[in-house]
Amino acid sequence: MSDRIKKTSRHPVQNESLLFERSRPGRVGYSLPSLDVASRSEEELVERRLLRDDDLDGMPELSEVDVIRHFTRLSTWNYGVDTGMYPLGSCTMKHNPRLNERVARIEGFANLHPLTPAAFAQGALEVIDRLEKCLTAITGLPAVTLQPAAGAQGELTGIMMIRAALIDRGNPRKRVLIPDSAHGTNPASAAICGYTVETVPSNADGVTDLDSLRRMMDEDVAALMLTNPNTLGKFEQNIEEICRLVHERGGFVYMDGANMNALVGVASPGAFGIDVMHMNLHKTFSTPHGGGGPGAGPVAVTRELEPYLPFPRVERAADGALALDFDRPKSVGRVRAYLGNFGVLVRALCYILAHGDEGLREATETAVLNANYIAHHLKDTYDTPYPGRVMHEVVFSDKRQTPHGVRNADIAKRLIDYGFYPPTMSFPLIVQGALMVEPTESECREELDLFIAAMKSIDEEAATEPELLKHAPHTTKVGRLDEVAAARKPVLRWRPADEDKKRAESA
Amino acid sequence: MRYIPNSPDERRSMLADLGCQDIEEIFAQVPAALRLTGPIGIGAALSETEIISYFRRLAAGNSVDYQSFLGAGAYSHFIPVVIDSLISRSEFFTAYTPYQPEVSQGTLQYIFEFQTMICQLTGMEVANASQYDGSTALAEAVLMAARVTRRDKFVISDAIHPQYREVVTAMTRYAGFTLDLARHSEAGTLDADSIKIDKETAAVVVQSPNFFGCIEDLQALADAAHEAGALLIVAITEPISLGLLKPPGACGADIVVGEGQSFGIPMSYGGPYLGFFSTLEKYVRQMPGRLVGEAYDEKGRRGFVLTLSTREQHIRREKATSNICTNQGLCALMATIYLATMGRRGVREVARQNLQKAHVAAAEISRLKGYGLRFTAPFFNEFVVRTPRPAAEVATRLYARKILGGIALGGYYPALGDSLLVCVTETATKQAIDDLVTALSEL
Amino acid sequence: MANTPEDLSYTKDHEWVRLKGQDATVGITDHAQNQLGDVVYVEIPKVGDKFETSEPFGSVESVKAVSEIYMPLAGAVTAVNEALNDSPELVNNDPYGGGWMIVIKPDNPAQIDGLLTAAEYDDYIKEEASE
Repeated sequence: MSDRIKKTSRHPVQNESLLFERSRPGRVGYSLPSLDVASRSEEELVERRLLRDDDLDGMPELSEVDVIRHFTRLSTWNYGVDTGMYPLGSCTMKHNPRLNERVARIEGFANLHPLTPAAFAQGALEVIDRLEKCLTAITGLPAVTLQPAAGAQGELTGIMMIRAALIDRGNPRKRVLIPDSAHGTNPASAAICGYTVETVPSNADGVTDLDSLRRMMDEDVAALMLTNPNTLGKFEQNIEEICRLVHERGGFVYMDGANMNALVGVASPGAFGIDVMHMNLHKTFSTPHGGGGPGAGPVAVTRELEPYLPFPRVERAADGALALDFDRPKSVGRVRAYLGNFGVLVRALCYILAHGDEGLREATETAVLNANYIAHHLKDTYDTPYPGRVMHEVVFSDKRQTPHGVRNADIAKRLIDYGFYPPTMSFPLIVQGALMVEPTESECREELDLFIAAMKSIDEEAATEPELLKHAPHTTKVGRLDEVAAARKPVLRWRPADEDKKRAESA
Repeated sequence: MRYIPNSPDERRSMLADLGCQDIEEIFAQVPAALRLTGPIGIGAALSETEIISYFRRLAAGNSVDYQSFLGAGAYSHFIPVVIDSLISRSEFFTAYTPYQPEVSQGTLQYIFEFQTMICQLTGMEVANASQYDGSTALAEAVLMAARVTRRDKFVISDAIHPQYREVVTAMTRYAGFTLDLARHSEAGTLDADSIKIDKETAAVVVQSPNFFGCIEDLQALADAAHEAGALLIVAITEPISLGLLKPPGACGADIVVGEGQSFGIPMSYGGPYLGFFSTLEKYVRQMPGRLVGEAYDEKGRRGFVLTLSTREQHIRREKATSNICTNQGLCALMATIYLATMGRRGVREVARQNLQKAHVAAAEISRLKGYGLRFTAPFFNEFVVRTPRPAAEVATRLYARKILGGIALGGYYPALGDSLLVCVTETATKQAIDDLVTALSEL
Repeated sequence: MANTPEDLSYTKDHEWVRLKGQDATVGITDHAQNQLGDVVYVEIPKVGDKFETSEPFGSVESVKAVSEIYMPLAGAVTAVNEALNDSPELVNNDPYGGGWMIVIKPDNPAQIDGLLTAAEYDDYIKEEASE
């Protein structure tokens, strides 16, 4: 490619078809012990009409080598945190320590059945109890549930608890207020709990507009859902006043803790006056994103809301043993089978212990320093709609590049050629052409400098060679895909060629 | 801290670039009164060695050396070693949701393969990229059926995993639905007389094999539901059964969801697991969760993209079909590798071994004096044993012989205090089955 | 510059209406389809459905956005454009022709006098753009 690009060079990438296309009748990739009991005819055990008659037609037949090659080749088409900087705003793509992986795979955790009696699962319950205590310390809120499987489920759990508490006070209320900079999960979670959603505008500084909030906050409002720091990377400086306003009118404050990586060890949300918050263990606490999960979305609450936490709770009995407490009459119920994404919890606890107090604070400081370093070095090149200090992330816009016909997506796609994963673009909705950059603490200065240089170089290209950007990336296995055609005539699964043809004819 | 690359000098020089003397200045936005002045209280950092020994010590407090016959939604199955090797490719596990398709083709292609195999197994037309687990997938199915039918009454089988029912109850609590419980019969399957379907019924919700291991007559249930314009939702907690049993799609099911843990995912004390979600093409726009579809680039090269995203929260916000964002991508990869490795023959063989071993165990236990099978309906790899004394007591006595013999049902079904739910998979050797039978006979 | 035929009536939500006798055909304007980008799906109601004025009767989707479509006149749906199921691109290519969405029988056809003329609509979109 071009001399401008220092970080990457090209090497051959293997092509690879679908598992089904690779399949050859008779190939085998598994080994099982032979059946060691007397076998009877299946039809004797289960009526014929309840049995399948398609012989699993279409399922692949592959050798172990085929399987290894297939997935290894696929993996090389991905960009991960281990590949390089992954500045995806609000996603906190930090290093995923291998130690976490090692401990989660210890047999005593990995092979433990979820309905093992508590007496035989004390070690697992200890992990839960210890992590709850750590998160209590980090949030400054007195009680935590680890049951929710992801951030959005944590939000849902939190709003369910607020609704239950309001019902106990006599009126569930009708509306939930959400700032215009919020993640899309916030309104979606509020809606499942039967609330209508109202948008609170941000002010020129990029934080909640207090006057609007004052006007909108009435006795019909159940809660304010606030992300702090928000998706613009700004700390809600008036958070205490905001909490006071909401509480005065009998509402609750829900804090979306997706951006907790800016606060751990520096400030604890419990002190802000909030009532309930979730955290994303797959963001702040380094558990791998896994190409879209699994995550975990623990929820921390005040004493007032504690009775509403999902059941069961892990409690320590008088004899010191841990047990499950199902007797929670005010609980909102169970939001997930068993006790949550346990394997994720082990990893998060491992991260916390590996850092200790000082390490956690250092991580936060470094994440915030890195974001400000990028903000500082790019502020003369890219429009920064909400200038000034930021916390863990900074939002630029494409305003200075659009006159060349170049939009945020073009800049982002071009970054791929420079060896970086693109920033977040889909929100905050209040910034037209947003480029939301969150470097995390995992990036060293050279990587940040390379990123800054790449962004500056792309800005020059926007002026001189805009077409280069509009067709970027140029170095990947596939170029930009036709998403319009994909959505108009969705093909969501593979079918054998003859079946495909038959369907086309009948349609 | 070893996970943070910059040296103290580098940090100082970066701060200097920003015109700051001290790191505190960088937090100027946070009012001083809200800033912590002391440590959080976690303690000092532990070294790698200390952490490994700490977690080993905790893990030793869990009894995984017991012979287990526990099932009930989480199953002990053979896991091919290639799975852990392949998912440890960090391009898979350290990647984010594949929003940028050009650098996420690995993730997108395996999800497309996963969607395809879920369809092949369930007999449905479309499947999504995953839900958190079987229980939340079922709750999403109920919410979706209400959107599709614009009705709000549900008939829910009491032979659905009790924890799944609890999740459905919690997640639909504020939707204003009516959930009517249908009872199981003496045979162990749904009692047709207890199913009250009318013109307001959105869906009949069943599990098969059900919580007792019994195989439901899905065709009859689908016919009854469809006659009233309602949907049939089928939950599956043991998807290995699909290697052998008629797929719900071939029986007329409208939404088939379930737990994919059996497909190569460790039991890991309940998670992370894998919810799968499949339905008919005509309902695809009401589906929750991400979908991957085929797409082509300018040069005509095939690739894959997230598609039909307008259903989702990041676009439709409060009108989205679900609030789900993060799902179980890596667990979907585990299942995809499992199904690819086992393949058409292996999936069939595992299912066969489960069926045979469970039936041998059931036959031998029911021959013991005082024991018998509680239900008569055909079963797959789980069955309910009637015990001569309270099942909870039987289970406790088996602990002394290092056997987790099953789940006492009295806590979930008060009338079944003398019933033990026993699961026998391909991982139980003949010796283990014999040991269980001997132990029961000697109690 | 968007195409705004003289003989149609318009709403501020960017629908157009063509009234012929008792039949009012409804679609979205050229300006609206332009703003939305490539349309990938149109959700339309069933024949017989009834809606009030300004009530959403369906939606138009591009890859990354959804817009609701609002009823310009209260009434019952008497026909829907089935062709949009297979060819949603008609909304982009021929918004005032093949891209029509529904035909309604207005409860009160005189209500159409309250809608915008082509000139008024053009002024309105200019105003909107300058905001």
